[in-house]
Amino acid sequence: MTTSDVPSSSIPARGGAPRTLGSSVIAFTRQTWAGLRVLLALTVLLGIAYPLAVTGVGQLVFPWQANGSLLTADGSHVASPAGNAHGPAIGSALIGQSFSGSTWFHPRPSAAGTGYDTLASGGSNLGPTNPTLLATVQERRAQVAAEDGVDPSTVPPDAVTASASGLDPDISPAYAREQVARVAAARGLPVARVAALVEQHVRGRTLGVLGEPRVDVLALNLALTTMAP
Amino acid sequence: MSTPWIAVAQILVLVVALAAVHVPLGGYMARVFTSARHLRVERAGYRALRVDPDADQRWSTYLMSVLGFSMVSVLFLYGLERLQNHLPLSIGAPAMDPAGAWNTAVSFVTNTDWQWYSGETAAGHLLQMAGFAVQNFLSAAVGIAVVVALIRGLARSGADGRVGNFWSDLVRTVVRILLPLSVVVAVVLIAMGVIQNLSAHTELTTLAGGTQHVLGGPVASQEAIKEIGTNGGGFFNANSAHPFENPTPLSNLLEIVLLLAIPFSLPRTFGIMVGDRRQGWAIAGVMGTLWAGAVGLLTWAELAGPGVVPAAAGAAMEGKETRFGTAASALFAASTTSTSTGAVNSMHDSLTAAGGGVAIFNMQLGEISPGGTGSGLYGMLVLVIVAVFIAGLMVGRTPEYLGKKIGRREITLVALYVLATPAIVLTGTAVAIATHAGQAGILNPGSHGLSEVLYAFTSAANNNGSAFAGLTVSTPFYNTLLGLAMLLGRFVPMALVLALAGRFATQRTVPPSAGTLPTHRPLFAGLLIAVALVVVGLTYIPVLALGPIAEALS
Repeated sequence: MTTSDVPSSSIPARGGAPRTLGSSVIAFTRQTWAGLRVLLALTVLLGIAYPLAVTGVGQLVFPWQANGSLLTADGSHVASPAGNAHGPAIGSALIGQSFSGSTWFHPRPSAAGTGYDTLASGGSNLGPTNPTLLATVQERRAQVAAEDGVDPSTVPPDAVTASASGLDPDISPAYAREQVARVAAARGLPVARVAALVEQHVRGRTLGVLGEPRVDVLALNLALTTMAP
Repeated sequence: MSTPWIAVAQILVLVVALAAVHVPLGGYMARVFTSARHLRVERAGYRALRVDPDADQRWSTYLMSVLGFSMVSVLFLYGLERLQNHLPLSIGAPAMDPAGAWNTAVSFVTNTDWQWYSGETAAGHLLQMAGFAVQNFLSAAVGIAVVVALIRGLARSGADGRVGNFWSDLVRTVVRILLPLSVVVAVVLIAMGVIQNLSAHTELTTLAGGTQHVLGGPVASQEAIKEIGTNGGGFFNANSAHPFENPTPLSNLLEIVLLLAIPFSLPRTFGIMVGDRRQGWAIAGVMGTLWAGAVGLLTWAELAGPGVVPAAAGAAMEGKETRFGTAASALFAASTTSTSTGAVNSMHDSLTAAGGGVAIFNMQLGEISPGGTGSGLYGMLVLVIVAVFIAGLMVGRTPEYLGKKIGRREITLVALYVLATPAIVLTGTAVAIATHAGQAGILNPGSHGLSEVLYAFTSAANNNGSAFAGLTVSTPFYNTLLGLAMLLGRFVPMALVLALAGRFATQRTVPPSAGTLPTHRPLFAGLLIAVALVVVGLTYIPVLALGPIAEALS
């Protein structure tokens, strides 16, 4: 019983009973050794057994989610990047991807690496009065408006700002609707069909109050590729 | 993007969830720390480890247990970080450099979880699981153990400075509270989309023909305790903004509930253990009022979006995720800085000037609204003693709290506690601003640059861990200095709290008299709020004026 503190009638009854330096060092060493034993035991429990048990349950019960919510090119769910008979995985339903050119719906600007680099998640970290960011926002507004053929003042905020993760899978319904005419023209599809597709992909707030309405860009573009011209 | 109505509705959903958790969790924790019985598995563990869980320790022995345990934790984690490239599951992550390894080891052991590195490339799976996640449990448990010792000190009478047994408090917190909660939450998070595997990052071809890596890792098991233990260290660089850590608005709400759950339930545990639940209500009420004020201000700032950039963009959406919008981002930011968690679902450097200022102020309150697991309640109890002392001076009576006299020795310990953290914050900020090595890290120009440095030292010394992440802190200068700030900011206050616990445990409880100030009434709660605001205000207004306030007014 190395950690017990033996009560003694010779010690005055007050907090922080006086110790000699030597006895303090011995007591501290005892506690530290006990600490090492407890740490190693708890590391096995919390650092090995716990995560492995959770991994086991996750892989057994929710294999798709536990492995990154991966999709193939036809939208089917796969639990491995290698994919299945439908082909390899083309991305995660939760992670945004880069799309450029007029045939795709565009995601938000991304500060993750050169854009949507999952090995470099993060935001721009530029502040609300930063002149560089101000110029960037104005530049993006002009560029997005020119691409989509709209008045610059109508371009929504998410189209001109970088997200926190740099991997934001979503855009606002407003930004998705803004891109309909461009995408429809580039793909030779009727505007009404593309517009209907966007509306199908608008997700509202969870339970009516949580989060914001949004459109998943990868899901939308996936649906677009399966659409006959 | 968000409307005020939606912002209020989300806050109400959160408050209802917390109110539902408060009673059962607070009561359960009180039973855990007052039960005389050990679980069979605990008893077997104590026997195997040759630890006596029934020795009633003096405060000084309790402190030695805390310090000895934390010291070996730092050394063990440092070793893992330095050697991770030789260990299994390192997925190609290199060994950390000495300054970085020191910073991170201290960071996780002190419940700060300040991160200079990006988890996706700098930390292998084994380091995350057996290093970081383990300390997420243990640092939270140490905080809870210390506040339980203080509560026992207040509850006991003439107990010769004895405040309980650290090993038993630590093990019970882990085995009976944190681990069961984490298992359930981790599985729920997986169902919501948080990943949980041991795969390396694998390259794939995207829909448009580019390349992207599918990330792997035991994320859900770490995410759960990251929030429950008010740690906040992200598995990935983007933390709770990352879709694999926080995929949906519902997971976002769950994470906010979790990071507030234990800190808001501990006042009930306290009320039960000192035999007067009203005392717990008063403290929970003060914590809740301060938190609500911060949530209100931060939400207003982010929804209104003052500042040239938000105005040019149409909303303060820089550094925020579409699925959360401004309201859920503001709610998270206010809650994470109120609780010493430091997880983020938006990039705080890009918050509006007023919003960022509220985040800094929240931490400067000393993490008491409701603060970290354990540390929040002991920080608040220290301020309670300040308030009792001031009230005692006003009416000319010997101040007392729960039948314990606040004498010269007690108030000296309290005064040192109140001064310790600001001294670390302001000294560290001054050193960084005055040196080239410190200035070199600043990203944003003008007063926002000062805010970045102030945020860093405020976050480190208060063991929060969130950042104005534009500041480049992966340098030996910042890693060394911020590591020191975290270490002192954790263990100096803890030592003072345990000394105070010992003093109280030694005293005999005095029955209340006609002249005793009731400490459960709204009048006292109001005084306590005023004390908290005045103490932090007097300490930090000058530097806040040069940073966020100057930027907000520019």
